[in-house]
Amino acid sequence: MQPAIRLFPSDNILVLVRSLDAGDEVLIEGAVHILKASLGLGHKIAAKKIAIGDRILKYGAPIGSATAEIQPGEHVHLHNMKSDYLPTFTLDKGCEFHKNP
Amino acid sequence: MTPPILTSNAFLRSDGRKGIRNIVTVVYLVECAHHVSREIQTPFRDQGVHLLGFSGCYPNEYSFRMLRSLCTHPNVGAVLLVSLGCEGFNRKGLLEAVRATGRPAGLLVIQQAGGTRSTIRSGRDWVSKTLRELESTPRTTMALNELVVGTVCGGSDGTSGITANPAIGRAFDRLVSEEACCIFEETGELIGCEQIMVSRAVTPELGRILDESVVKAARYYATLGHGSFAPGNADGGLTTQEEKSMGAYSKSGSSPISGLIKPGDVPRKGGLYLLDVVPDGEVRFGFPNINDNAEIAELIACGSHVILFATGRGSVVGSAISPVIKVCANPETFLNLPEDMDVNAGRILEGESNLDQVGDEIHGLIKRIADGQPTASESLNHQEFVLGYKSFEPVGPTCHPTYQ
Repeated sequence: MQPAIRLFPSDNILVLVRSLDAGDEVLIEGAVHILKASLGLGHKIAAKKIAIGDRILKYGAPIGSATAEIQPGEHVHLHNMKSDYLPTFTLDKGCEFHKNP
Repeated sequence: MTPPILTSNAFLRSDGRKGIRNIVTVVYLVECAHHVSREIQTPFRDQGVHLLGFSGCYPNEYSFRMLRSLCTHPNVGAVLLVSLGCEGFNRKGLLEAVRATGRPAGLLVIQQAGGTRSTIRSGRDWVSKTLRELESTPRTTMALNELVVGTVCGGSDGTSGITANPAIGRAFDRLVSEEACCIFEETGELIGCEQIMVSRAVTPELGRILDESVVKAARYYATLGHGSFAPGNADGGLTTQEEKSMGAYSKSGSSPISGLIKPGDVPRKGGLYLLDVVPDGEVRFGFPNINDNAEIAELIACGSHVILFATGRGSVVGSAISPVIKVCANPETFLNLPEDMDVNAGRILEGESNLDQVGDEIHGLIKRIADGQPTASESLNHQEFVLGYKSFEPVGPTCHPTYQ
């Protein structure tokens, strides 16, 4: 079976369902991609080319945005994406919760 | 068109709701009556007699409402209340509420019944007699649009969000399309999902209320020092908070959200509902839910006939009153704890199944369990129950726009 699955039709990432080693091949939409590094179960790889600022979609929902251009088959993680959510929330000294615009 | 049938083995209650079990509950009204109640219940624990109650001595509107909702739940056939005698709980009010439904209801007050031994004897006699009475409870047909299903996740790991949770979401989508009522909860685990959740609300006003409920949860957890706004567990492949939350949120499926309810509110129409479990007002009484069973009890108080419980690490719990179906996310956990699990959603990772197939398997299992088949936790006599102090403001009409 494919080592990476698409959780929702509109997702632009795939999720690994088993751990893979560097050099392993993953087939994405007919093209073979070779992993540059070992990746564990649960990690994400790009299902297509993703531009800087594009939303990363998992479960059909945005889980953050790309901070670098990402090629198909490339690992998608802290080094090339960020949360769109965390910066909008801050805690002040009194532990009051603020949702910023 | 006739709605699809769930089971022909249901129990009709006087309020028109139907149950899939005919449980006798033995209910302690303060911790001081817990031992006596447990002694009454234990000999009958594998005959559908369950123990629940409230430990506190000080009265609390929420806990009264919870016990009233649970004691008049359609899966409950009869209720025995056990009071010490001097606690603050409104035992008369609860007894009257249960009697008003026509259910057999008893009250034993230990201080007036001659003490521990006498109360245990009287209680066991009452349970024996009542179990015989319940044997003749008439059975009726129950349609899928009369079913209420709750979902919770506990003992989650990196596999939960890609197997068990979304598979439950598929089962929810199918149930909602069949006009069943589906409830998801834990706004504290929805932090980061509020925008997409808002877009699923059936009205913009409801969307605003859903958003506020998550903001409330975030503030509550932050004050308790428990909420974490740090990125999720990167080792397991999770990159952001919203990704982590989406894993839990995927249990809700993709149906429109029909309303927001609070513990004890029973939805009046089919659809998907968010249960807001975080108390209103200033932060008091501690954590909103001290463990998974507190959330399960609240889902049941909202009328859930059955609970879908997603677990990766391997929770073993069940519950008083309503069967708990354990959907195991991790294939290794399923191999380690086979006797405690009902569904192996981890097969998805091994290519032996997919989300739709596991969703359909869950749907089929709900029907068999409604017919009387025990879940793994039921057959092991797991009947966990916990109830603490909380305070809530009632919901307004904007919380359930589909009722009009």
